[in-house]
Amino acid sequence: MTGSPSLMAEPPTLGQLDAAPALPRLLAGIPAHGAMGLRAHLELHGELPSITDRRSRRRRRRAESPLIGWIEQAGLRGRGGAGFPSATKLRAVASGRRRAVVVINAAEGEPASLKDRTLCRALPHLVLDGGELAAQAVGAEEVIVCLCESALASIESVATAIEERARAGATRTRVRLQTVPNHYVAGQESALVNHLNGGPAMPTFTPPMPFEQGVGRRPTLVNNAETLAHIALIARHGPEWFCQLGTDSQPGSALITLSGPVAHPGVYEIEHGASLSSLIDAAGGSSARAAGALLGGYAGSWIGAELLVDIVLSDEHLAPYGATLGAGVVLLLSEEACPVAETARVARWLAGQSTGQCGPCINGLGALAQTVAEIAGGVAAAEATQRVARLAALVQRRGACGHPDGAVNFIISSLQTFSEEFSDHARNGPCDACARAAELPLPAQSSTISRVRGRAYTR
Amino acid sequence: MTASLATAGPSIYWYLTRSTGAVALLLLTIAVALGVLDVKRFSTPRWPRFVVDSLHRNVSLLAMVFLVLHILTSVLDSFAPISLLDAFVPFVGSYRPFWLGLGAVAFDLLLAVMITSLLRQRMGYASWRAIHWLTYASWPIALLHGFGTGSDVKQTWFLALSIGCLVIVLAAVLARVISGWPEHLGLRSAALGGAGAFSVFLLLWLPGGPLGSEWARRSGTPTSLLAHSTTTTTSSQSSQR
Amino acid sequence: MRHKLRVNPIACEAHGMCAELLPERIALDQWGYPVIDGEPLEPSLMEHARRAAEACPTFALLLERERTRR
Repeated sequence: MTGSPSLMAEPPTLGQLDAAPALPRLLAGIPAHGAMGLRAHLELHGELPSITDRRSRRRRRRAESPLIGWIEQAGLRGRGGAGFPSATKLRAVASGRRRAVVVINAAEGEPASLKDRTLCRALPHLVLDGGELAAQAVGAEEVIVCLCESALASIESVATAIEERARAGATRTRVRLQTVPNHYVAGQESALVNHLNGGPAMPTFTPPMPFEQGVGRRPTLVNNAETLAHIALIARHGPEWFCQLGTDSQPGSALITLSGPVAHPGVYEIEHGASLSSLIDAAGGSSARAAGALLGGYAGSWIGAELLVDIVLSDEHLAPYGATLGAGVVLLLSEEACPVAETARVARWLAGQSTGQCGPCINGLGALAQTVAEIAGGVAAAEATQRVARLAALVQRRGACGHPDGAVNFIISSLQTFSEEFSDHARNGPCDACARAAELPLPAQSSTISRVRGRAYTR
Repeated sequence: MTASLATAGPSIYWYLTRSTGAVALLLLTIAVALGVLDVKRFSTPRWPRFVVDSLHRNVSLLAMVFLVLHILTSVLDSFAPISLLDAFVPFVGSYRPFWLGLGAVAFDLLLAVMITSLLRQRMGYASWRAIHWLTYASWPIALLHGFGTGSDVKQTWFLALSIGCLVIVLAAVLARVISGWPEHLGLRSAALGGAGAFSVFLLLWLPGGPLGSEWARRSGTPTSLLAHSTTTTTSSQSSQR
Repeated sequence: MRHKLRVNPIACEAHGMCAELLPERIALDQWGYPVIDGEPLEPSLMEHARRAAEACPTFALLLERERTRR
C-alpha cells in the first residue's frame, strides 16, 4: 500500500483499501523475539496520518478532532478492563481548559494478562502511534508510557522505539517512559496518576477524576496500550474497516491472553464473537480437560465446564453468565487442579494486594481470604458460606477503587461455580489435588506495597 | 511616681494577671489530657467520642480566652513595663525578658495551633496534624514561663497547681507514647527522653532558681522595681516582683 | 436540591464520631468503619449531618449536593 495522504479529514472508504479486513490486525507481522523497527512498521501499516479538519484552521474556536468521531463510529471501548467508550473519554479530556497529557497504560498488574507488555515488546510503534494520535486529538504535547518495572524486554523495546522516532523526526510530542511498581493495583488509573505525580502507586479518592485533574493537575487521558494500538489502525483504515470484524455491540478485534491446559498458551488476537473452542484450537488444542474458565482475570468470573463448549467471546454473550472479557484474560483450569485450593490461594494474594488505604478493603479481604482458607482446610465453622456472603456485601463499593469489588466478584463466583467442591472440602478437608503445584498464575514476587493504615478499630 | 503608686497597693490587674495565668495553665493541662484521650479514641457510653472531641476543642478555646485575658491584664497592670508587643515578640521586653519571652513563645505556638485548627477545612490533614504537635512543645515552655515570671512561685497553692499539672501532662505524654508502641520508635523515644529530661531539669533547677533567694533580681526584674523586694517571705502583699 | 453523605474511604480512620452524631444514616461495621445510607437527606437531618461532617477528625465524611446526570 503506497503511503496514505498525510492530512485526512474524511476516513478512507473501503474501496480505497486493499488491506484485507481479516485477522491478524494488531498482531500482523509480530516478531517472535525483539521488536518490529520503525521502517518495517511503516512499510506494513503506512505512514502515520495526521487527522485534522482543514476547516477548523479557519475557525478561531478549537473544533473537535475528526479522529474522535471515527473512534465513536468504530464503537471502540477501552481494553484495560473497564470497557469505557473511548470516544467519550477522549472528548472529556479534550474539553479541559488546561493542556492535556496522554498516558499509555501498559502497567498490566493483572498476573494472568500478557497482552500489553507483548504489544510493547514486539510492536512498540503501533502503541506509540496510538499515543501520538490521541495526543493530537486531545491537544496534548506530552505522552508518558507506563510499564511494569519487571517487564524488562518491553521497557527496552519501548525505550529504543522512542529514540528511533525522535531521530527520524517522526513525532510531534514529547514521549517518555516511566516504570511503575509491580503490584496489582498500580495500573489503576488514579494510582498511575498518583505515581506519575511523585506519590505512591496507590489509588486516590475521586472526584476529581484523572480526565479532569491528573498528571500535574492537567486533564489526563489514561488509555490502555491495546486501545491505543486499535486507534493507530482506525486512523489509517477508518471506522468502517474496524467494524468489519466483531459483533454489532462489540465491533473489532481484541487481544486475549489464554493460559491453562492448552498446547500453546499466550497472546492471541480474536474478533469479538469468536467461540472459545476456536480460540483453543488456534492455541493448538487442549492438553487436558478443563474444569472451568476464569474470564477477565482475578476480578472476573468463572464459567463451569459444562458451559464451556458453547461459550462465545463477547460481553453481550457472556453477560447472562455473569462474566465479561475484562482485559481479555481467559484462564482455563484443568480438571486435575483443585479449584478450592486455587481460589484460596488467589484470595490470599488479592487480600495481600490491598494497599491498606481503606479499612473495609484490607479488613474485609483479609477476613474473606481467611474464611475461604478455612473452608478449603475443612476447619470452617458451619455458617462459613453465610459469612462469606455477609463479608462480600460489607466490602462492596466501600473502597476507593474497584479492587475489593473485583476480589469479591471472583470469590463469590468461585463458590458458586464450584459449589460441590467447596461443600466437599468444608465437610472433609483438603483433597488429594490440593497439594498439586498451583495452576492459576501469581507473580513470584511483587514490589512491596508501603501500607498506609487500615488497622481495625474494634468497638 | 511608680514607687509611690506601688506602695499604695497592687492594682486589680496584678491579681487578675496572676489568676488568669494560673487558670490558663490549668485549662491547657486539661486540654492536653483531653487531646490524648481523644487521639486514643477514649469513649464510654456516657462519654461518646464526639463529646471527648468537642470537650477538647472547647477547653482549648477557653484556655486561649484566659490566655488573652492574662496578656491584656499584664499589659494594663502599670507596675511592670510590659507592652502588648512583648506578648508576641519574645525576649525584647524590659521586664524579666527571658522568662516573659518564654510566655510569648508559648503564646505564638498556641496561636499557630488555634488558627490552623479553626481553618482545618482549608488545610491538608497531614500539615494540620504536624502543626498541632506544637502543643507538646508549648506546654513546658508555658510552665517555665510561669515559674520564671510568676510572683507566686513560692506560694504553696501555685507550686501545688504547677506540680499537679506537670504530673497530669507527664501521664498524658506517657499514655500517648505507649499506645502504638513500637511504631515510630525514634520519635517515641525522643518524646519520652524529652519529658524525662524536662522533669529532671525542673527538679534540679527549681530549688536554686525561682524557689531560691533573690530570684526577682536574678530573673531580670528592672532594678527600679526591686526597691521593695528585700525578703523572701511569701506574704501575698509583698511587692516582690 | 438535596444532599447526600459520602465517605472518603482513604481518609477515614474509623473514629466513629459520625455514627454517634447521625445514627439515623450511619452505622459502623465490625471493624469500626462507617456504612452510610446513601439516600438523599431529609431537611430535618441536615443540621445533624453538618455537625457529623464537621466533627470528623480527618474530614472523611462529605456532605455533597445531589449530582444530577447531564
